[in-house]
Amino acid sequence: MKYTEEHEWLDAKDEVVTVGITEYAATQLGDVVFVDLPEVGREITKGEEIVVIESVKAASDILAPLDGEILEVNDALTDNPGLVNEDAEAAWFFRMTTTTPEEMDDMMDEDAYKDLIGD
Amino acid sequence: MADGPDQTNPLPLAALHEELGAKMVPFAGYAMPVQYPAGVMAEHLHTRSNAGLFDVSHMGQVTVRGPDPAAALERLVPVNLQGLAEGRQRYGLLMLPDGGVADDLMVANRGDHLLLVVNGAMKHLDMEILRAGLPDHEVTLLEDRALLALQGPTAQRALAALIGGVAQMRFMDVGVFDWGGHSLWVSRSGYTGEDGFEISVPLAGAEALARALLAQAGVMPIGLGARDSLRLEAGMPLYGQDLTPEISPVEAGLGWAIQKVRRRDGDREGGFPGAARVLAELEDGPARRRVGLLPQGRAPMRAGVALFASEDATEPLGNVTSGGFGPSIGAPIAMGYVPKCYVTGDVLYGDVRGRRLPVTVADLPFHQPRYVR
Repeated sequence: MKYTEEHEWLDAKDEVVTVGITEYAATQLGDVVFVDLPEVGREITKGEEIVVIESVKAASDILAPLDGEILEVNDALTDNPGLVNEDAEAAWFFRMTTTTPEEMDDMMDEDAYKDLIGD
Repeated sequence: MADGPDQTNPLPLAALHEELGAKMVPFAGYAMPVQYPAGVMAEHLHTRSNAGLFDVSHMGQVTVRGPDPAAALERLVPVNLQGLAEGRQRYGLLMLPDGGVADDLMVANRGDHLLLVVNGAMKHLDMEILRAGLPDHEVTLLEDRALLALQGPTAQRALAALIGGVAQMRFMDVGVFDWGGHSLWVSRSGYTGEDGFEISVPLAGAEALARALLAQAGVMPIGLGARDSLRLEAGMPLYGQDLTPEISPVEAGLGWAIQKVRRRDGDREGGFPGAARVLAELEDGPARRRVGLLPQGRAPMRAGVALFASEDATEPLGNVTSGGFGPSIGAPIAMGYVPKCYVTGDVLYGDVRGRRLPVTVADLPFHQPRYVR
């Protein structure tokens, strides 16, 4: 598992990267009430806004963590956005392929991420 | 504003908020609890089903003393204050010369003087307007009292455990009660659409009172986040968003607050700043008005979202002034201003991040109030 400074987790398996937000991020957001997911097949560029998350407090977004293409999205979140608060590690947002897998090597591991959030 | 975001004065209950695990944010020049560990959704629902304790000490408590203060304040507030009985409170508006609203407020008749409760972010500007408009009166912003709100269906039970007399109060009654040597000024009112009380307490007794209320069964601390979603469901305007210096009380749907005696052909018709516009709008209807808005999808439409007549209309017809998720409604809700030709059931389109999403014009409130009258 790898982590970004934007509080996303990335789980790479067989060239497919699954992406979600961390429990820390979910707690900071508060109760999630709406999730807007990207279209499957969309080509994405690192840093581009691809998911909108609305909590009772405010709107925020997930930025593309890598260059690549959206393979699959978690439609369960559209119907039940609260899943993000129930279990952020299980509530994945999308799966993607990437053309820049080597960039994951520079991302934080769990220990480094825990240092970041002061846990 | 005198209070910038950097000047975050602590509230009198800052230590208690910290102990309760509140997340603090700057608001109206104060560090305020936006939520406690339970979170906005749980706090909101708890207030609707039990009772919530809010620290609203940032709000301004203002006394007006001098000769016939009700008659004097009627020069600034278009409300029947001379007909307000001792021990009663009424909602009012502090008016600007062009018919916009400087602030909304509560006015209580406390016998020899009036007690005003005004918005925290506006209190210093209000004081300037009040002092200029009431040169023969003593207008004082009280700095030695905190303000707590206890709201929800079990609020009466919780407060009556400390002060038995409050059970006899009706909606908008005010009274003075002794609690442990502290003089509490209690009103049966609030900003949630629930039965409840607002309690002015001397600073020296504020923390003890808050702890005594939190010790009652069913009472939970509630932050600003849930305060906002509760009042939004109750259809109540927030000054600075749904009320501004440009918007008249009639446009805001607050014509009910202007009693007959202050309207055209009333015994004390007009006589307040902006009367020409306000009285004309009461007769002829305003060009635009505040309405409820129900987004058809799940995406909340927040303040600032532009509203259009169709998916491809180029000119916005109005905008959302408050919006978010309504925990008791289980869906996004909003309010905003639209031209008078749009009525309940009409479908408009809100621009959310570049997409036109359908939203239905709806009646306010979304949540029917449960007051004890």
